[in-house]
Amino acid sequence: MFTQIRGMSVIYLLISISIIVAGLFLYAFLRAVKTGQYDDDYTPSVRMLFDDELVKGVTKSELSTSKKENIKTKIKTKII
Amino acid sequence: MNTSQCFHCGNEIIKKEEILFDAKSFCCNGCKTVYEIFSQNDLSCYYDFQAAPGATLQDIKGKYDFLANESIVDKLLEFKENSTHIVSLYIPHIHCSSCIWILENLQKLQQGINTSQVNFPEKKVRITFNPELTSLKAIVEMLCSIGYEPYISLDNFDEGKKKIDRSLIYKTGVAFFCFGNIMLLSFPEYFEVNEFWIDQYKDFFRWLIFALSLPAFIYSASGYYIAAWKSIKQGMLNIEIPIALGIVVMFIRSTVDIIFNYGQGFFDSMCGLIFFMLLGKLFQQKTYDFLSFERDYKSYFPIAITKVLPNGKELAVQVYDIEKGDRLLIRNQELIPVDGILISGSASIDYSFVTGEAVPIDKKSGDKIFAGGKQLGKVIEMEVLFSVSQSYLTQLWSNDVFQKRVEQKHKSITDKISRYFTPALLLLAFVSFFYWVFIDVTTAFNVFTAILIVACPCALALTAPFTLGNVLRIMGNRKLYLKNAIVVEQLAKVDTVVFDKTGTITTHKKSAIVQEGIFTENDLELLKNALRGSNHPLSRRLYDYLPNTTKAIVSQFEEITGKGINAVVEGKTIKIGSAAFIGDTDENLLKQTNVYVSIDHQYKGKFIFDNQYRDGLEELFSKLSKKYEIKVLSGDNEGEKESLEQLLPKNTELVFNQKPEQKLAFIENLQQHGKNVLMIGDGLNDAGALAQSNVGISISENVNVFSPACDGILDATQFKKIDFFLGYSKNAMRTIYMSFGLSLLYNVVGLSFAVTGNLLPIVAAIIMPLSTITIVSFVTVMSNYFARK
Repeated sequence: MFTQIRGMSVIYLLISISIIVAGLFLYAFLRAVKTGQYDDDYTPSVRMLFDDELVKGVTKSELSTSKKENIKTKIKTKII
Repeated sequence: MNTSQCFHCGNEIIKKEEILFDAKSFCCNGCKTVYEIFSQNDLSCYYDFQAAPGATLQDIKGKYDFLANESIVDKLLEFKENSTHIVSLYIPHIHCSSCIWILENLQKLQQGINTSQVNFPEKKVRITFNPELTSLKAIVEMLCSIGYEPYISLDNFDEGKKKIDRSLIYKTGVAFFCFGNIMLLSFPEYFEVNEFWIDQYKDFFRWLIFALSLPAFIYSASGYYIAAWKSIKQGMLNIEIPIALGIVVMFIRSTVDIIFNYGQGFFDSMCGLIFFMLLGKLFQQKTYDFLSFERDYKSYFPIAITKVLPNGKELAVQVYDIEKGDRLLIRNQELIPVDGILISGSASIDYSFVTGEAVPIDKKSGDKIFAGGKQLGKVIEMEVLFSVSQSYLTQLWSNDVFQKRVEQKHKSITDKISRYFTPALLLLAFVSFFYWVFIDVTTAFNVFTAILIVACPCALALTAPFTLGNVLRIMGNRKLYLKNAIVVEQLAKVDTVVFDKTGTITTHKKSAIVQEGIFTENDLELLKNALRGSNHPLSRRLYDYLPNTTKAIVSQFEEITGKGINAVVEGKTIKIGSAAFIGDTDENLLKQTNVYVSIDHQYKGKFIFDNQYRDGLEELFSKLSKKYEIKVLSGDNEGEKESLEQLLPKNTELVFNQKPEQKLAFIENLQQHGKNVLMIGDGLNDAGALAQSNVGISISENVNVFSPACDGILDATQFKKIDFFLGYSKNAMRTIYMSFGLSLLYNVVGLSFAVTGNLLPIVAAIIMPLSTITIVSFVTVMSNYFARK
């Protein structure tokens, strides 16, 4: 009996933890909305593909044709 | 002609004017320069993301001088501190990934810019810069020099910092959080009813569920209570009433259930319902942030204007600060912001914004000029007669007729259905209550609440938002941008279509030019050379029309305002201009716009400028005339009546010489005769009519610039598809009716459980999401299917 009840009360703990974790996610979501992350859901998806190209542009190294094609197709699929 | 495409902007290159640079060909020096700037700054990646992403350059000399004025700059800035200024600029040209890339690397092109960030959907770039190293004016001019001219108008000026309303996203997020967790916690009781540990922990689960449902009940659903309360106060029965009633009853009944240990309650269904309905709202909330539908004269006016001080100095001042007696300088292509008197120079003013007349009017010094006109050609000086708020155009706008935003008490389709649905539902609930009350009071209350719960018109309320939201998105993809979902419903009801003529069924761009008389090749050569020096719009059009020739020496050139050109080319006297100027007595019967030519005092012939009708006009009108009444309004004279009558179906009514107020009255008159009018127009001269009509759609060559206040903006290339859009909106309504039928079917099934007193929480929890999912997928499939036809 004793072990059974002790085993049961773990449910309180687990459920509380799960609710707290869910609450943290809700808080994270609300904060993300507040800081404007959901205002523009398109540009970041394109910007993500630029980052390393920028570095190459600075160092003046030529992009190989295959890489250029790669970027193009990446972006095309993005836009479609 | 051998044409290829410009490496920078993608325009066709005329072989003779091709510029070769770096083994690439460009259409003009501007494009070449931009390429040079980019390649010098290691930014040639620009061309890797998308072929020919650039724009051809516009002449902006002096246009942004007003940005040197600190008080103007202050109002445009978003944030200001000693070493950091932030500004958001709206750039209509933003259209592809290359644009994002170059605009986010601005710090390479201009010292002093710290960061720049693009918001693609809104077509805005947010620039952080150091005012000690650069200035807003320098940044704007740099942007113009690379083909990204920002659009700055009085509208931006007034609006200040706009607050973004994100409450719907918050509400949906909270509702989803509650819904998900409650669903999870409800499962044990759905399946394991008599187990020991369920009995042991039932209360804990139930009260936890109760606590979790509170945020959704109080916060997320708050919009429905407010809307329901408002509609009760107005004595209308809209869809919000049964929804709010359903939610409240569900909450109370469930709370009572768990207090007295009757059962687990309907908290899961309640939160699911709130979540799904908010999701529908979110879906419908599609707005085209980068397009503005509520424009008035302010968006046409420049933000500042050059004032000439008594000592001859020039100063940029805000338009509102102009006072009577000021002297203003108006440059080529600049809009005249106030009424005044022309002092120096001869003006050629394009009033097409105001009147719809495409041909510019010539003015001599001393003449009165009105606000709203656009100066073409040389710089002119004018003296101000009235301040902005007292000028003709502004007065016209604040005129009652124009101001009267028709209080359109449009009943949406959902509201119309709910006018019958709500009383029927309440009747059913009370009838069953009184039936059961004689048998068993507890069951009677159960049945009463169960009916209100199960009939809560979730699917009914979702149908219209999802269908119309989807239709809005599909139309947007096809370049008809509607202001909101209600416009689709109104579009489906239209029975009369009124077109504006100039700029709507004709294009502004190129007019067909018909040549009459015999010209030898040599004649045309002389003519083209004579025209080269002229800035008159008709001369420019004729110049573009004539074939390319070698350059010849023009030994004498004189342009007589209002008459024509007198030039001597290769020893031959050439006169180009009006009939009287040439000395010809040919009477202008057709009232067309003609340009006459004589060479060495001998009449050679004339060029007739016809308005160019849009592609597919005939086909569109013949299709439309089968289903709708069509009318054409025009601010022009009757010169084109005959050719229009030939082109358009017999029953088309043509009305000419209409002033803006008359156009408005014309629409009003039609409405008084019970017509639902769709007005399609373009310029400021149609603004009143667009506002008055049931649906006003403005045609635009470039959806990002100039369009009057309207319900929708149609890209000019899609003009011939107007009948598709009208038909599609009708099909959308058909879809909504079909899915109303479907959702009523679900209600009948649910009610049959409720009336007999057998509604278990699990049944409600199954029926509710099931009906939602069927409805949403049904309308999505249907609206996509109709779009394909």
